[in-house]
Amino acid sequence: MILDEPHRPSRRGVLALGTGTLAVVALRPVAAEAATRTESTAEAIRRFAGDAEIRPGRIHLDLPPLVENGNAVTITVTVDSPMSPEDHVRRIAVFNDRNPQPNVITAHLGPLSGRAALTTRIRLADTQRITAIAETSDGRYWSTTADAIVTLAACLEG
Amino acid sequence: MARTLINVPKTAEAGAVVTIKTLISHPMETGFRPGADGRIMARDIITDFTCLYDGETVFRAELFPATAANPYLTFTLRATRTGTLSFVWRGDNGFAQTETATLTVT
Repeated sequence: MILDEPHRPSRRGVLALGTGTLAVVALRPVAAEAATRTESTAEAIRRFAGDAEIRPGRIHLDLPPLVENGNAVTITVTVDSPMSPEDHVRRIAVFNDRNPQPNVITAHLGPLSGRAALTTRIRLADTQRITAIAETSDGRYWSTTADAIVTLAACLEG
Repeated sequence: MARTLINVPKTAEAGAVVTIKTLISHPMETGFRPGADGRIMARDIITDFTCLYDGETVFRAELFPATAANPYLTFTLRATRTGTLSFVWRGDNGFAQTETATLTVT
């Protein structure tokens, strides 16, 4: 790039940019409607946990409250557990509210895991609430939620 | 073959909990995105990741389109003996890749 020449946007460029932005704005609701959810978050959670009672506590979900780019959001899930053969976390699942599909990740752990901790990067299509649920070896379920505000959404605009 | 990055400590004390980081290059096409021609592009994601410690499954994750491109996973493992760690990724269109690393327990 030439830096010493003052860069002035041409009239043509500004006009093209204007129509482009308008087209994006007009397309957004259409794209959002096209990606109708196949299953609700509650249904997906029931498919994971069955009819068991899900209580708050023991699980921690860490994600940035303000997400600039929804295409890659680092989340960390940890569960308070001794991870012994008698008392450990069997499964950890993460669900979302507003993506086209409610599931985010389902992890299977065991006493050999040593710690119940997991970090990954996910996509967020919208400002929404993330739910993490852990199943412990005694068959009980623990959950927590975290909210994320997403300024640039993943999935829909590609 | 997709490129992978695997971070396993070279050595660990017996009984210590080690952190393992894995990353694989993969587009993770969601199946919800329109392509250049306006039509929805077919889903192409990694659906399953497994870590085996001397052939025994110690960690498994089911992935969905909500996983970001180039799936990155960090998890932990209790080091009990010197052995081979195998990392297996499986996905759509018959995607399968296995990588191995050695964990030396002192």
